Amino acid sequence: MAVSTGEDLLPVLTASALRKRYGAKEVVAGLDLALAPGECFGLLGPNGAGKTTTLRLLLGLTRPDGGTISLLGLPVPDQARQARVKVGVVPQLDNLDPDFSVAENLMVYGRYFGLSDAAVAARIPELLEFADLTGRADAKIETLSGGMKRRLTLARALVNDPDVIFLDEPTTGLDPQARHMMWQRLRRLLGEGKTILLTTHFMEEAERLCDRLLIMDRGKAITTGAPRDLIAAHIEPHVVEIYGGEEKPDCAASCQRQERVGETLFCYATDPHDLLAQLQQQCKLRYLHRPANLEDVFLKLTGRDLRD
Amino acid sequence: MTWRHDFSPPSLSWRFIPIWRRNFLVWRKLAIPSILGNLADPAFYMLGLGYGLGGLLPQVAGVPYMTFLAAGTLCYSTMNSATFESLYSAFSRMHVQKTWDAMLNAPLELDDVMLAELAWATSKSVLSGVAILVIILALGLSHSWLLLWTLPLLVLIGFCFTGMALVMNALSPNYDFFMYYFTLVITPMVLLCGVFYPVAQLPAFLQSAALWLPLTHAIELGRPLVQGELPQRIGVHASVLLAYGSASFYLALVLVRRRLLK
Repeated sequence: MAVSTGEDLLPVLTASALRKRYGAKEVVAGLDLALAPGECFGLLGPNGAGKTTTLRLLLGLTRPDGGTISLLGLPVPDQARQARVKVGVVPQLDNLDPDFSVAENLMVYGRYFGLSDAAVAARIPELLEFADLTGRADAKIETLSGGMKRRLTLARALVNDPDVIFLDEPTTGLDPQARHMMWQRLRRLLGEGKTILLTTHFMEEAERLCDRLLIMDRGKAITTGAPRDLIAAHIEPHVVEIYGGEEKPDCAASCQRQERVGETLFCYATDPHDLLAQLQQQCKLRYLHRPANLEDVFLKLTGRDLRD
Repeated sequence: MTWRHDFSPPSLSWRFIPIWRRNFLVWRKLAIPSILGNLADPAFYMLGLGYGLGGLLPQVAGVPYMTFLAAGTLCYSTMNSATFESLYSAFSRMHVQKTWDAMLNAPLELDDVMLAELAWATSKSVLSGVAILVIILALGLSHSWLLLWTLPLLVLIGFCFTGMALVMNALSPNYDFFMYYFTLVITPMVLLCGVFYPVAQLPAFLQSAALWLPLTHAIELGRPLVQGELPQRIGVHASVLLAYGSASFYLALVLVRRRLLK
């Protein structure tokens, strides 16, 4: 049914030279991004980096001070409302209707898209199945766990069968089981050809889900690319973390770079062989050898200072 | 450049209907206590004051006190219902539950949401006015066909006081803020606009103050209708209610755009 046409190659969402200022503070300071159809794109950054404001700009919920946005071929914010007909949004905080049951939440939300009651009713069973809430159609919202609420919010965002899904920190506050369940659902959506834009604090989440990501700080993009490429470009392949307050060995000779954070020493090495041999001789030291990951990249680029 | 968008006129569309239906569905779940509140509360006022106070008074403005009070209660109860809905309930939806945020992520605009709030609170206040009409008929206080003309009046009262309350909603940081509005706007209206006694009883300076308050104009229209007479200066009174409602709604819209779309 889905015949591939030339249009598929056009970006689903583009933003260029995007700017937004609140008072003296420029929260988004010249941001460019483009999402290809079917990709999962991650927007990463510390608190206050401008991620949520960027999402609001892209959805047309606030007007930029500069720059242009095109969402599903429509200019935003001028035709944002029409564009949102084919967009799903999972907000950072659940805003399900507490007065309604699970099914009523879906029905009422579907009506906001101009869908008929019959059309939404026909869709509810598959949405419940997707959210793993089959049999809970009449449950009150307050009886749902955090993970169930999140999945219902995701199902609600799919009521209009969107082409693009925006998720603002989709797994914050969830336990590991619920988080893995959420990831599995997002992968299923990607498998169905949906385009996803998500913001997250969890590097593990970004590394697992995102085809490409953009790390931003102070309203600007610091770097962009595929998770593996970013790690390869910024961090040596091996990381050894040495813990404890004891006297640490001098690793400078056996690694490319080292960094002391509190009582922990981080050693970054292309070949960790010598370093590990050296550590094994000091049996009192507690250490961890692991591959470089996205969190290393993130901390290197945005610094270790607290932001809130 | 955003200034121009904040002050643009309301964009009115039928898209408000699904939002109105959402509020109606919530109301339906709590319909019994809500209707009971609409009926019982004003009924006790009317019976208590009507018999208790009315027994001490020969007639007020040419009619039994109960009849006099009924017209006042009709307007006052409609005002109250519109006010409560547009303050506490609208604020819950906007600020506490973030229901508006969910709507704005769908293909709806803030103007749609505000129009829905206006239509919904007006509908709900008309319903509480109708509850008073039921009491009036049940107590046999009026038999005039003119009573039917109170229905469009109830719409106008609901519209006027919803608009005014939505301004407060747009400005409010929390629920406590609404106390200012009750103390400084609603209470003076209840006591100065002729709900419980004719405005003519007041000293001249309070009479002129009452002229500026919209409830006075609502009662000037409602009382004759309940008593089976045609109101005087209908155009003036209706225009005051319409003007208060429209100007307030526009102001509320500008304020809420600046609050939520920034």
